[in-house]
Amino acid sequence: MSEVATTGGATREELIAVTASRLLSDHRVVFAGVGMPLLASALARRRQAPDLTIVLEGGIIGTTLLPGHLPVSTNEMRAAFGAQMLTDVTDIFLFAQRGFFDYGFLGAAQVDMFGNINTSIIGDIDSPDVRLPGSGGANDIISLCNETFIVTTHELRRFVPRVDFVTSPGYLSGGDSRAEAGLILGKVGCVITDLALMDFEPTSRRMRLRALQFGVEAAQVQAQTGFELLVSDDVEVLPPPLPEELEIYRNLRDGASVSSESTSEVPLKVGGQR
Amino acid sequence: MIDAVSFREARDELETSARPVGDKRVTAEEAIRLVSDGDHVAIGGTCYSRSPMALVFAMLRAQPRHLTVSRPLSCYEVDLLLASGVADKIVTSWVGIGLQWGLSQVLRHYVEGGLAVYEEWSHLAIGLRYKAGAMGVPFLPVLSMLGSDMAAAVSLKTVSCPYTDERLAAIPAVNPDVALIHAHRADRFGNTQVDGYRHMDSDMARAARKVIVSAERIVSTDEISSRPWTTMLPHFAVDAVVEAPFGAYPNECYGLYDADFAHFDDYVGLVREQGVVGARSYVDGNVREVADFAGFLRRVGDERLNELSEEAGRLMPR
Repeated sequence: MSEVATTGGATREELIAVTASRLLSDHRVVFAGVGMPLLASALARRRQAPDLTIVLEGGIIGTTLLPGHLPVSTNEMRAAFGAQMLTDVTDIFLFAQRGFFDYGFLGAAQVDMFGNINTSIIGDIDSPDVRLPGSGGANDIISLCNETFIVTTHELRRFVPRVDFVTSPGYLSGGDSRAEAGLILGKVGCVITDLALMDFEPTSRRMRLRALQFGVEAAQVQAQTGFELLVSDDVEVLPPPLPEELEIYRNLRDGASVSSESTSEVPLKVGGQR
Repeated sequence: MIDAVSFREARDELETSARPVGDKRVTAEEAIRLVSDGDHVAIGGTCYSRSPMALVFAMLRAQPRHLTVSRPLSCYEVDLLLASGVADKIVTSWVGIGLQWGLSQVLRHYVEGGLAVYEEWSHLAIGLRYKAGAMGVPFLPVLSMLGSDMAAAVSLKTVSCPYTDERLAAIPAVNPDVALIHAHRADRFGNTQVDGYRHMDSDMARAARKVIVSAERIVSTDEISSRPWTTMLPHFAVDAVVEAPFGAYPNECYGLYDADFAHFDDYVGLVREQGVVGARSYVDGNVREVADFAGFLRRVGDERLNELSEEAGRLMPR
């Protein structure tokens, strides 16, 4: 993600991560991917949600992270640091299907107006222009977690009317089509970007502008979206990242190059009450 | 979609085969003779974590053809298998070197050019294919995959619950011809122990028709019995045992050594410069020009391996 400075000196990545971290409540369980979702979850643990339990698909439950030593994949020793349980991959997803995981966190190469995500193929399946890495656990996360958040930079090339390939189903073609396809669990809660927060209108299930990042106009959001965004009756403005949020985030990401007081004051607690 | 034996054939084979308790130790090169052209080979571990690299390198050296290779998440070994003409079908949920290295240029070359097939399943679906195989049943129901284009691409079928009428995806079992697994410890009979996360190895191995285990250390059965709760596979589920210290390098092996990211950097640099030719020259230089995996590790050097071990120590619970 680019390091373009935005609100309050935050990068686009930091803006998305701080916004996402504020959505996570205490005593819940979040299924996070590596990178920004994991950092956003770790930030929430050091702010409003000290008993948030972080789960990673490598079979890791309750990771705490070693600041400055971030995992590159969801199945490595840095991802397991401080964990309370190590199991296998299939087992982790079965916990999700059982209903234990409150939040899922996904990025997206392409996302469409119904929250469908493509991380598989750009172009046609029989002769793809670009073969992307694939689902990994994304399809399972969006199908099985109680509520999934999509986090991505807001770019015209990403926000397309219809994804080339549905890797991870959002509301499919809108209305009741998700449930009709047999996806009876979970929902896509919202899409968080460096420009805005969007949810899905309850009847049509089309993406809807719900809140703007501080200093951003609705027209800017629409201009970077390849389909018509519905607009909520009461569009809010998101408070910009606080200096302490950015400090904790950067400390987690880069290690203790800045004051480490704000991270060390939160003890690493065992377990998360549901 | 189902490109291995049926669950009944896999079961019948076990029922009628003699599986004596005996010394199963062999070299990686001898063990890999269990792999035949056209086989479905399941590779244990996952993206740069405890993948059986000593066995994968032996397979690259033996050069079987037209393999279908399945894995949970893939890493650069899929590049090597495609580029050297060993595999032409990959069954997995994700292919890349690791997030920080971007897309696999080798996978793109082969799949976009129609030279190889990437059959994509969700991560859980891959896990349930092995689990169904391990359970001896033909499929398992699940509530993901539904509604996606992945489901259409693999002609996934659904099943109605006979009790509640709910519709679920029916994930077909796979019983791979051969599974390659790397473990922390094994005895000569094949009792196999793993520390840390187990990825999909337990189900993958039980599902497979033949299982090759490489282990960091070959230990006595007494040592196995001193920690039976860490045993992942019993001797009767294992066909060959290979001693392979640092046998997952450049992957990590939980608690023992970290992944060698600099090695992946070098590999990716080679592929960025030379494309598929770069992947082939990696295989030539690191596999074909050395006698065995120990020879490859000697090139890496003890100093580097010791650094990776020390880093693993720092990341362990205290």
